Formats: sequence, C-alpha cells, structure tokens
Amino acid sequence: MSAGYHIVVCGGIVPDPLQTLEPVQGPAGWGLKNELMLPAILDPWAGHALFEAANLAKNVPGSKVWLVSMGPKAKLQQVMMTIAQKVPFELVVLDGPASGFADAHETGAALAEAIAAIPGLDTSKLLVFGGWQSASRGAGATMQVIGEKLGIFEQFQGVDKLEVLADGALRVLERVEGGSYQDSVVSGAPAVFGWATGELPEPPNNPQVGMQNMRLVMPALQKAKPVKLEKGPEYSGVQIPSQKRETRVVKDAPVDQIAKEIVDWLSA
Amino acid sequence: MDTLRTLPGDDVRQIMWRFTDRYDIQMVVQSARSLARGLVARLVAEGARKTHEWTDHKAQLLEAFDTSGLTALFMDPHQGGFIDGPKNLALALVAFELAWVDAGAATCSLATNLALAPIHERGTTEQRDEYMGRCVPPLPGEDRAPFRGAFALTEPLPYVGVETNTLVGKLRVAKWEEGEEPILQVDKRGRFITGMDFANFATCAVDTDDPRIKSSCIVIVEDTDPGLFDRGAPTLKMVHQLSSTRDPVFNLQVPASRIVGGYTVKDGVIVPNFTHSEIIGAVFHRTRVPVALMTTAKLLSAVEPVIRYQRQRFRGGDASEPGTSKYELGLQAKPDSVLRLVDIWAAGEAGASLGFATARLFDQLDPTEKEKDRVFAERGVCGAKSQLTALRKVEKQAIEYLQMEAAPTRDEARFAELGQDTLVRFALLESLANILCPACKLWNTGNGANVMREALALMGGYGITEDCPGFLFYKWTDAQLEATYEGPEAVQRRQLSITMTNEVFLARLRIIIDQFMALGESKPETGAAVVAKGLALWLWTIEFLHRAKDPSGARLYHNRRQNVTFPMADALCWLMASYCQIGDVMELAEKGPENAVVAEGLEGTLGFFTDLSLVQAARAAGEASRVCASMVYGFGPQAAEELDAFDALRSQLDRSMAGAALAKDRAAQALTQVMIPEALDYPL
Repeated sequence: MSAGYHIVVCGGIVPDPLQTLEPVQGPAGWGLKNELMLPAILDPWAGHALFEAANLAKNVPGSKVWLVSMGPKAKLQQVMMTIAQKVPFELVVLDGPASGFADAHETGAALAEAIAAIPGLDTSKLLVFGGWQSASRGAGATMQVIGEKLGIFEQFQGVDKLEVLADGALRVLERVEGGSYQDSVVSGAPAVFGWATGELPEPPNNPQVGMQNMRLVMPALQKAKPVKLEKGPEYSGVQIPSQKRETRVVKDAPVDQIAKEIVDWLSA
Repeated sequence: MDTLRTLPGDDVRQIMWRFTDRYDIQMVVQSARSLARGLVARLVAEGARKTHEWTDHKAQLLEAFDTSGLTALFMDPHQGGFIDGPKNLALALVAFELAWVDAGAATCSLATNLALAPIHERGTTEQRDEYMGRCVPPLPGEDRAPFRGAFALTEPLPYVGVETNTLVGKLRVAKWEEGEEPILQVDKRGRFITGMDFANFATCAVDTDDPRIKSSCIVIVEDTDPGLFDRGAPTLKMVHQLSSTRDPVFNLQVPASRIVGGYTVKDGVIVPNFTHSEIIGAVFHRTRVPVALMTTAKLLSAVEPVIRYQRQRFRGGDASEPGTSKYELGLQAKPDSVLRLVDIWAAGEAGASLGFATARLFDQLDPTEKEKDRVFAERGVCGAKSQLTALRKVEKQAIEYLQMEAAPTRDEARFAELGQDTLVRFALLESLANILCPACKLWNTGNGANVMREALALMGGYGITEDCPGFLFYKWTDAQLEATYEGPEAVQRRQLSITMTNEVFLARLRIIIDQFMALGESKPETGAAVVAKGLALWLWTIEFLHRAKDPSGARLYHNRRQNVTFPMADALCWLMASYCQIGDVMELAEKGPENAVVAEGLEGTLGFFTDLSLVQAARAAGEASRVCASMVYGFGPQAAEELDAFDALRSQLDRSMAGAALAKDRAAQALTQVMIPEALDYPL
C-alpha cells in the first residue's frame, strides 16, 4: 500500500508496577494511595502496540503514527521523556484521569472523540492500535468502544502478529484459548487492533529520536484538552489481592531442574 | 502534620537540581537510568566485575552507550551530538544515574569524553570537529565504527601517581623536511589508563626532549600511526571493574598537527600553543564534578534498600506475626536505625546539591571563559601567567559588582556596566568554581566513602555479602577510588588552600553570610543561620590564621603548613555543601507549588528536606567549629582578646543549632512512614 497507514495508538499511563499500589477512597471516589506522586510508565500493553505501530510505519512508506493518551499532563510529560526516545510519533494529549477506576465506556468515548479530531487524519487509512488489556483499565473494553464510536467494525483483540500481504490485505494472529491463534485476513484499513504482547522487544532509548519527538510533544502537552469523565461505576469495596510468596533464592541451579520444578508446580 | 509520602521522584529532583525546563537533559537522564538499571545491573549481578580483563561480556556496555545516545552526549550538534551548548550538568546527571548502579560503568561511559576533553577545551577547531565527529556513533547508512579514546597523563611504572609538573613522556622531532610539516616521535608509558582496551586514539601528556620543541604539550596518537601502540597489561585494580584499565606503551611517529591546540614555529623551534599543564587545568576543572557525583549517587541509592531491609528484617521468622510492630516496622521500631539513615540521606543530599550546583556553574562558566579568551586575544594577552596578572586587575571590579548586587540600592548604570564586562563576569564565576569544584571532588568522595561505610553497616544481616541489595559493598569500595583518581584528596586540599583566600571569593562569602543570616531569621527551620554562623566562624579563623603566629614566631597560614591549610579546606567543604543544600530546598519551596505532581504532598516532602538540611547544617557547622577551635587553640597560646572573640562566635554558632536534634527525630519518624516500591528496581 503505497499511500501508507495512519496509525493511531491509544496508550495511557499507569503507576510503575514496582510500587506499592494501595487502594484508598477519596472524596472523588476510589483511587490509589499517593497515586499522583508515584512514578508512572506507559501501560505495558499499549507499549507493545506503539512499538508494533512504529515498526509497521517504518516498513510501509507514507505511514504516520500518533499516540493518543489520556492522563494528568504533568505525569504524561515525565513518561514522555522515556517513551519519546523509543520511536517516532506525534502526541495527542487529553488531560484527564489515568485512574484504573475510570469507566471504560467514558474513556473510550473521549479517546474516540480525540482521534476523530486529529487534523489531516484519513479514516480510510486508519488503523487504531491499543492494548488488548491494560495494567490499570483492565476491563478489556476500551478498544472496542473506541472502534464502535469511530464506526470501525473490523476489530481484532489479543493480537500478537500483524502482517501486510502483497495485495494490501492484513493478516492477523489473535490469541485464543489453549495457546492457539485465530488466523484472520482483513482487506485493509480501517481496523482496530487490541495488541497482546506483539513480537517486538522494547527499542532502546535514542535521545536523537526523542529530541525530534519532543518538538511536538511539548506543544501538545501545553494545549492538552481537559477531560472530565462522568462518574463511573460505584465500587462497594476494593482491596489488594492477598499475596502469598514462597520465594527461594537458589544459586547455580541447572536449567533442567528449574524447568522440572516449574512443570511440577503448574501441574500440581 | 503531613510527612514524606513517597521517595522523591523525578519531578522533585528536576526542580531541586534545576533542569525542569531542559527536556533534552531529562531524556538523557531517563536513557542513562534504563541502561544502568538494565544492562549494567545485569552485568554486575552476573559477576562481570570479577575479572581485571576487558571481556565481551563487559564490552556490551560500549554498544549500549552508543545506542542510548550517551556516547554522542559530549558532542555538539554539528559534530553529531544532540545537545547544544555546555553539557556539564547533563554529563554530571548521566554519571549520577549510572553510578546509582555501578560507578565503573559510569567511568567507562566518560572515558572517551576524558580523552576528548583536552581537544574540546584547547584543541583547534579542526581537531575538535575531526575527533569529536569520529567518536560519534555511525548514523543510519554510515559504514564505520565509532572512534574511542583514552587519556594518558599519569606516569610509567614505578612512578605511580599524578605528576603534572614533571613528565616522563617525551616528544622529539623525528623528521623535519624543509617546507613540510614536522614529524614527531612520541615516547610515553601510561599508567592506569581508562578505556585503553578499545581506544583508537590517546591524548598523551608529553614533555619536550628536543631543543627544537619549546615546551610540554598534549599530543594525539592513533592506533594506526607507525610505531608501537601497545595497550599494555591490565591494571589489577580492585574496584570499578566495569571500566577497562591498562598500562599502555606508546612509541610512535605523528605529524606535528596532532599537538593539541596547535603550534607555531619561531626561530626554528616548535612552540606548542598550550603546555600540558594549561590544558590539564582546564580539563580537570570540569571532569572532576561527575566523579564527585558518582559517590553521592551511591549514598542516595542506598536509602531504599536500607529501608526495605530494616522493615523486613524480622518477616518470615517465628518471632513476629503480621500486624505487630516488629513485623511491620522491623528494625525501624527502634530509633537508632532510622536516625543513622537520616545522616546518610542528609549527606547524600548535601553532596548532590554541591555537585550539581558546580556542574551548573560550569555551564555558565564555559561560554564566559571562551569569551574571556577572545577578549584577551584581541588585547594581545597571551599565556596563562599574563592572563592571571590581567585578571587580578579586575578583582576589585568584581568585588564592587558583588557588593552592588547585594545592596538594596545601587548605581544601576555602573552595575550594568560591570555586569556586561566579560572579564568581571569571568572573575566572579571562576572564583566560585575554583572553590566548588575541588570542594565537591574532595568532600563528596572522601566524606562520601566514610558515610557509605555506615550505609553498609546498616545492612546488618546482609552485610558484606554478594547478595547485599543495591550492590552496597561494591559501592563502598568503589568510593575509595573516586576519592583518589582525577586528583587525590591532597590535590584538592592543596588547590582549595590557595583559592579559598581569593578576595573575590571572600567578598562573596561575606555576602552569603549576611543573606543566610537574614534567611535564618525568616526560616530558622532550614538551618541557614547555622551555616551563616559556621561560615562566619570559618572566615574569622582564616583571618586570624593570617595574622597569628605560633610560639616560634612562624606564620600560621602558610603554603607549607598543611596541618593548618588542609583542615580549613575540609571545614569549608562541609559548609559549602550545606549552603548548596539549603539553596536547593528553597528552590523546591518556591517552584514546587507550580508543578501539579510536586504540589501533591509538597508540605510533607518539603518538611522532610528542610529537616534534612537542618540536620546536615548542624553536622557541618559542628565539624567546622571543631576544626576552627583546633586551629585557634592548637597553635597557641594566643592573645586573650583573640580567644574571647573566637569564643563569642563559637558560642553563637552552638546556640544557632537549636532544634537540630528535633529535626532529626522528625526526619527519622518520616522514614518509618514513607512508601517504598514493592521491589528493588534492579536485581541482586
């Protein structure tokens, strides 16, 4: 496809999973303790989508990547210092909550509206990428909502591989039960892809790519549109899953022994 | 009352260390951090430090430095870099981030920069663009390997150590045909040369061994030059093993255009434009700052693993159940462990404040120094001695400017005139840089190594084991090298003993004392008054030492009396670190509310950092007070009125410490409450 794709990646930020994430109820509903102060990262699911998008854009001339992100813009700026170094993209910012307690429908509608408003976006070339799941908004519904709102009904979830065929059709591998894949072919854009882990590793930081991206990232942050989500579901209670750790530190164990122990544990 | 809720994040640090609006630097920090906590941590955990040899395992670092942009950081955009202008702060932050995990990796990252530094500081434009351009990693489509360098200053075996005045490396004229460029014979043996395993070129300090060459110089040799480019034996060092270090031997012929900074021919004699010591002075002025911050990074990186250890000390055993104080707080149920950790954290903060303030100062000094050189060149003032003499003449104007700056009213026209004078600006910046640079190299590393021992001691059950979290044992031993290389502690004390009596600096000190006295009255909780009293006592003691004599009639403040000059240099370092720390806290107080992330919980964060600054101020003033007392009484007897005056100042200093112990209690209490991540961000 010589004209290329317009790839929009939807990706939010989440607290760094190394942190202690303790739910607390505040005046505005449930949230995490000290959430704003915790270091944040790009949602790992969205990260895979972004790296796949950049790779696709690199291999299909004329393509362009946008990253549409909703979150507190001060936190987004920090995360962009890393993400902007990975791959080229243009940022579109919605200054709103990144909380895991936000309603997926409201979030999806706000993101769809932002995508539709991107200047110069050609919906006939549009591929909407995002995380199949999320480390915070784990409803697994946001990408479907975005697609429906944009009128895109070719949707694929749990994607691990996307291949452009010679005739311009797209071959997609979606995860299904039992470690198997559903192999589909769609004639082309527009389509929505909720990515699982994809195939690509995280690219190394490249400050030169970052410097190019930041020329657009900073203005995007400055003109970020505030978004106020309607009140979502009411939670009668929230708690951290109970932890049970049985960690042993064993040095120099043979690989076979480690594998056997894991298999024994899985089949126990 | 709100207290510290989480460990300070990037938003807080960017304000305190003044790079909030420098997103180019912020990206470099993130880049260095992911490299440090990824590849570097894995190398250490996998035992890469256990050999003196440079291995393929360690060599992964080089490619990672290239791909993450750290190799190109030192270069200007037209040379293939990506940051325009001075890069001292950026380089300091990179060293800090890498040393957070392993300082050897930080040294390895900086080695080529050190080799390039003589060319960068004093090289000709052609030399700068050629060598810096070749050291940039290849761009897409380019088929070449990046050039890497090593810096050979130190002397051949058995003369171990730095000697900047006497050089054993020799330079002779090998061939000089009429009308052609001279070919020079370089004969140099290096010792402890970083980056030598993979260096393609080396910048070597050599002395003249030929009447046709006038002076010493620094010369560039390459591995393809005719002759011997022997990388030598690996240095059997016990620390910083993630950097390559060897004792090379060079015996090569190079064209005279390799003399750094160029040369002129006068009466048939090659006259290098810069002697080796002139170049080295400019180089070490700057490269010492990142080294100082390497040790500081270790102290601050120790906080989180120590807290984790303290809290989890008793978990998993039969002695405590979840929900009990012993289970939840562990060692932190008792005050001593957290009080000691407060000391470590406070020292780390002070070191960071001092080091980053110095890096920022050099970012200001760099363009001013170039402008100063241009002005002197226009006026025909050549050579270091002539420049020094000329600069002495502007000291009075610099002092006048300082006094006008601090005064409530002033002659604005005169103030502007002085402010626009390049030489005045240079004299002002240099007088402070000449203090802060040796001070951070001396204090951050020397005192830092001592404090690092305390951090390791707090690890108790883990102690000196390979699985001690945060690689604390390695960090402790590495710190000793940082206190040694790029000028051992005595070299820094020696420099300070000369520069700390500079009149421009002393004039600035008097103003700082007044300003901090005023700040101490409005904000006593910062410890500003303690620092002001400490500086006042130090200043009085310096003046006393200049007029006082010992019973034999010998002057007390004398170049050779290092039991006077050196302790006073140490005392000044403590106070300057504390001064910078309070400055950073005040910056956070001013700018914190403007940042949405920092504003959330600012009261607690600011309160904690303020408590730390008071704790450190009391410690610094106490140390300075002890040193000053040992000077005034130790070489006595002295006149009674002198002793009375000293006693009065010292008594005021002691009283200004009111509340310091309470601040330490509050900070220690905060450490029992602060949230820490669930797991270490890099492996065992």
